[in-house]
Amino acid sequence: MSAAEEVVTEGQAVEAVPKRAMTLGTGTSLAVLVLLLAVPLFAKNFVVFQMTMLLIYGVAVLALNILTGGSGQFSLGQSAFYAIGAYCAAILIEQYNVNYALTIPIAGVLCFAVGFLFGQPALRLSGIYLALATFALAVAMPQLLKLNFLEPWTGGVQGQVVDKPDAPFGLPIGQDTWLYYFTLVITVAIYILSVNLLRSRSGRAMMSIRDNEIAASAMGVNVALYKTLAFGVSAGITGVAGALGAIAVQFVAPDSYTYALAIQLFLGMVVGGVGWLPGSFIGAAFIIFVPNIAESVSKGLSGAVFGVLLFLVIFLVPHGARQIAIASQQLAARFKR
Amino acid sequence: MTAMLNVKDLRAYYGQVQALHGLSFSLNEGSLTTLLGANGAGKTTTLRAICNMVRSTGAIEFDGQPLLGRSTENIVRLGIAHVPQGRGTFTSLTVEENLQLGAITRRDGAAIVSDIERMYEHFPVLKQRHTQQAGTLSGGEQQMLAVARALMLRPRLMLLDEPSFGLAPLVVRDLFKILGKINREDKVTILVVEQNAQLALELADQAYLIETGRIVMAGAAKDIANNEDVRKSYLGY
Amino acid sequence: MELFINQIVSGISTGAIYACIGLAIVMIYQAIDHLNFAQGEMATFSTFISWQLMQWGMPYWWAFVITIAFSFVGGIALERVLFRPLAKAPILTNVAGFIALFSIINSCSGLIWDFTIKQFPTPFGDAPFLGSQLISTHQAGMIGVTVLMLIGLYLFFTYTRIGLAMRAAAALPESARLVGINTSWMIALGWGMAAGIGSIAGILIAPVVFLEPNMMLGVLVYGFAAAVLGGLTSPLGAVVGGFLVGIVENLCGTYIPGAGNELKLPIALALIVCVLIVKPAGLLGRPIIKRV
Repeated sequence: MSAAEEVVTEGQAVEAVPKRAMTLGTGTSLAVLVLLLAVPLFAKNFVVFQMTMLLIYGVAVLALNILTGGSGQFSLGQSAFYAIGAYCAAILIEQYNVNYALTIPIAGVLCFAVGFLFGQPALRLSGIYLALATFALAVAMPQLLKLNFLEPWTGGVQGQVVDKPDAPFGLPIGQDTWLYYFTLVITVAIYILSVNLLRSRSGRAMMSIRDNEIAASAMGVNVALYKTLAFGVSAGITGVAGALGAIAVQFVAPDSYTYALAIQLFLGMVVGGVGWLPGSFIGAAFIIFVPNIAESVSKGLSGAVFGVLLFLVIFLVPHGARQIAIASQQLAARFKR
Repeated sequence: MTAMLNVKDLRAYYGQVQALHGLSFSLNEGSLTTLLGANGAGKTTTLRAICNMVRSTGAIEFDGQPLLGRSTENIVRLGIAHVPQGRGTFTSLTVEENLQLGAITRRDGAAIVSDIERMYEHFPVLKQRHTQQAGTLSGGEQQMLAVARALMLRPRLMLLDEPSFGLAPLVVRDLFKILGKINREDKVTILVVEQNAQLALELADQAYLIETGRIVMAGAAKDIANNEDVRKSYLGY
Repeated sequence: MELFINQIVSGISTGAIYACIGLAIVMIYQAIDHLNFAQGEMATFSTFISWQLMQWGMPYWWAFVITIAFSFVGGIALERVLFRPLAKAPILTNVAGFIALFSIINSCSGLIWDFTIKQFPTPFGDAPFLGSQLISTHQAGMIGVTVLMLIGLYLFFTYTRIGLAMRAAAALPESARLVGINTSWMIALGWGMAAGIGSIAGILIAPVVFLEPNMMLGVLVYGFAAAVLGGLTSPLGAVVGGFLVGIVENLCGTYIPGAGNELKLPIALALIVCVLIVKPAGLLGRPIIKRV
């Protein structure tokens, strides 16, 4: 309509989380870890399974946190990488008889490559446009998985069943429990690696890009490299989560990985607190348990109840669980005096 | 002479940083006052505080009405026009639309049309370009447009933030002549923030000097201009 | 050749749907710089309202007008109550808010009117348009109404005081406040107008895709694509984008082998992403310069 150009003073798209506050203190972390280790001792199989899924989704949300909270790039398309990881594991296990434990790193590497590649065209987009492009990816993925000529591998619309592994070395623990500990070990490893990544030079480079891309570039940060790396790492971790998910649920199908999953992961990040890694698991808890709560309140209105609960979180704690954590930290500090 | 604007103990904050430390001054009706100071002294912050564009405490009274607590747009509707730093022109809209926006709060249609004509008389270059997009005008022309837009409000008080910024000296002289004319003929009280101390002191009758968020000198412009320290620090001789 | 023209014309008529939604999306984007995911649901809910009014015996055009008025007021109310408090919150929080709104409205639609598909009447009839086999009278009606809306919006924004104030508030909110414009209310107005436009889109689309709570899901994605393709700053672009998306979708479905129905969506989306990469501001949008 007009020839004049629109000048945009780019404000921060994503708020900075002070580095010190990015994780829990060592004491709290250890306490949480002990609690997590003890879960199977007290809980029934189904609850153990839910906890496994909580860890898996937590890892996926953590991946998104690295991408958005760490490097400032939006993504509403993580479900696509999750799906790739899941199908990778399923195909390797069922059709090539690969040991399930090996499928995890393979899925991670594959998704890293895909994410890195996707990061290239994504360089040209930012903010709302990037959100849309990633959303398009999420929407397209189930369709791609249903493609006829891929059916021999993917199992088409009906999907594929995956065998659940037994505990190794004949250990006397159930499948669910074994899978839980397996997932827990991987989760802890990824968590520690992520924290170290964000504290490293690469992490600082990424955060400088998040805070002010132009300034970062002027200071010599290789913006293109770090942005695509962030995409790759995030996709890789999401792929690992997807592979674990496939094994836990024992099933992969195209319609399990729609844009709805992408939106859920996004919500998990917001509720947990963007850029706050421990919040990833609180966010995962929200997206796993709140729909159940909503359904128990009112079956027909479960969507509405979910929406209302989400609004409550948004209004009362707009910065997510991190806000609560900081508030309790301040409260605790006051008690110490 | 009645004080039109009364500022008492104004403190302003950008987040945790305090930019103004208890500023107090007043403007008489019909005066042309200049606020001088170096970069970062707090001149722009003062103007922004008057229009509630920055968090502040203290008391600001305009014609006896308190301003702190009112929204920016309501302050403007009381008759205060603010020409911000960088001019704030609507670059994607035409020159004429920019002028119409200046009068958007007024209801007297016919008077608005005649006011636009008067602006074209004050600033003939705007008439030439009145259907052009404001973004295509030169710096000086945009400054004229910004002043004209402010005048369309028929303000009682006009605040200008560094109108000389980025303009050639001759253009600035013209602009200041027009400001003086507006002050005398249209009876608009003017507060102009300037780094170009010399021209500002020639134009104004009153002057204040700000340093790091505090007023350090106040008085008639002529006296301030003749002050030894001011001459050395701000006038270069 | 005739097949080609057929597909193009058919694409234009489905495109009218996307153009409508695209318009509503640009409307809100201009006001708040965000994409509102709940807009499709708001349009569906409005369409249900007009259906209900007609079930109660109201004539079509009365229901049409009252629904638009209701949607306009409803849009303003939603903004004032739910999103004005979020004005200073981070972008991501706002997006979460849109998603929550989506969830609530979708669920309520299903609860009040259940999930069975309903027929929705059209005032234009379903006869072949001008005797030709290319498009029906309803499709011609859709295109006509969309164009009329566009003209109406153009006149509103160019020649009315409120239109000018809204443009100013969208362009430079701080400067707008400095001329006395209440920018907060301009945003509310933007929401109201978007809701009204969305309701018109819903009423036009329902006869074609049948009325049910999830009616707008697919259309919304295409609507976004239309708005982005045309340029998020340009209502004309949204409409042009909508028609283009309709055409591309149809041509892909017809001419790309193996593409059938399943690949229509991904291919169209891929094309849009390519456009974004080459010209991020869209076809008719203003190029955006990033300043430090």
